[in-house]
Amino acid sequence: MTREPSPLGKDLIGLEELTGEQILSILDTAEPFKEISERRIKKVPVLRGKTIVNLFMEPSTRTRISFEFAEKRLSADTVNISASGSSVVKGETLVDTARNLEAMRIDMVVIRHGSSGAARFLADRIPSNVINAGDGAHEHPTQALLDLLTIRDHRHELEGLKVCIVGDILHSRVARSNIFGLLRLGAEVGVCGPMTLVPAGIEALGVRVFRRIEEAIEWAEVLNVLRLQLERMQGGFVPSLREYNRFFGVTMPRLEAAPRDLLVLHPGPMNRGVEIDSDVADGPHSVILQQVTNGVAVRMAVLYLLAGGAPERAEAAKKGGMG
Amino acid sequence: MGDEKRIILMDAPAVERALDRMAREIVERNQGTEDLVVLGIRRRGVELAERIRAKLEEDEGVRIPSGALDITLYRDDLMEVGPRPVVGESNLPLEGVDDRCVVVVDDVLFTGRTSRAAMNELMDWGRPARILLCVLVDRGGRELPIQPDIVGRVVSVLPSQQVEVLVPEEDGRLAVELVTRSEEAR
Repeated sequence: MTREPSPLGKDLIGLEELTGEQILSILDTAEPFKEISERRIKKVPVLRGKTIVNLFMEPSTRTRISFEFAEKRLSADTVNISASGSSVVKGETLVDTARNLEAMRIDMVVIRHGSSGAARFLADRIPSNVINAGDGAHEHPTQALLDLLTIRDHRHELEGLKVCIVGDILHSRVARSNIFGLLRLGAEVGVCGPMTLVPAGIEALGVRVFRRIEEAIEWAEVLNVLRLQLERMQGGFVPSLREYNRFFGVTMPRLEAAPRDLLVLHPGPMNRGVEIDSDVADGPHSVILQQVTNGVAVRMAVLYLLAGGAPERAEAAKKGGMG
Repeated sequence: MGDEKRIILMDAPAVERALDRMAREIVERNQGTEDLVVLGIRRRGVELAERIRAKLEEDEGVRIPSGALDITLYRDDLMEVGPRPVVGESNLPLEGVDDRCVVVVDDVLFTGRTSRAAMNELMDWGRPARILLCVLVDRGGRELPIQPDIVGRVVSVLPSQQVEVLVPEEDGRLAVELVTRSEEAR
């Protein structure tokens, strides 16, 4: 692992904007960070004195806590802001909120927002580093990165690997980020779901579409099972949850009928018995909890790569100031 | 890159002899091999530490736990330099470092900043009974109040010169060389 990390720039908005090299550089950097969480003292002094604001305008448990652990294990000072407890309910705009935070001298913002493009909008308006923790149906880059890391842990090479994303592709920023990331790294990508939940024309991205879960399972080596977003189901995209499970649920009999051993991922939170059955989620194919563990390492890597590091001093760094 | 002049300070047999003596000194300082742990600082310190460990195990007929320290995240200039340096993995022996005599091995001791970083990292891992700093070359030029316990060779060189330790695993040969780069190169 002697490859120089590829600079990421100021922000991490989405994997669509990154090169394969940049994505690999994040994954490689995440490897040594895994070990820090296994230590007795789970802390390294990397971001000492940096202030990070976690601006979560949409509910989130896993992602917020994962970011918070990553930040704290790198010794950053963190503040959490959620929509309900902030001036947002009083009508303050996103930019005004951020500018007020800037005025208190912060260094990074991790943003989760219900509107696609919110992270980019913010990044273009404030000098702090901005990390997208999910914006509308656009992207959720750190989730896709931890998926990629987990897949790589088990299958070693992503190039040529057949990965199928199953479920609600239409509303899913996780699906989009995964598609971009997987394609950049040379994987073959399939999507599978009810026709109402697979965007028309998605083949143009370079993915293949499966209408039946059985065909997807026969083709794929890895399944990334997405949550059926119940809160976005008002529009009548599926007739019933039971029917969804019947036709698209990832079940043990379906996995056992597969020609090879599949790896099953799920970004959580799971609807057990809907998109994934309990015996699969808790069974030997599942790497769901390892995804959660890897999430902290990947976020540490992103924070590390984005923080500080003035490019004009790159030369000085190469000469090495340490003896 | 401009002109580069290399002078061999120690050839392979000289390095081997120095490492032999350093291994013996470690046993002497620790009054035996009990509770010894040998840790190399990435990258070349790791190769040197492995050699010292092998010598200790051969001479004393015991198994010595060993590992590697990557001090990147503990650098005091981490947030000033860019792009981000590559982070390597630290591997501590299963036995841990608590109440042990930890021998930290590095190739060249210069400013002392790397040793400071290594000690901080070790402290985050546990509470060693004792830390011995063991370096193949002490080239002077300290910026921190840090002194080595066991030294292969002390050399006195100009601040602009570089002392490079070469190991077969990384460089194809075992040697210590003094590198002088001409003015135009810098």
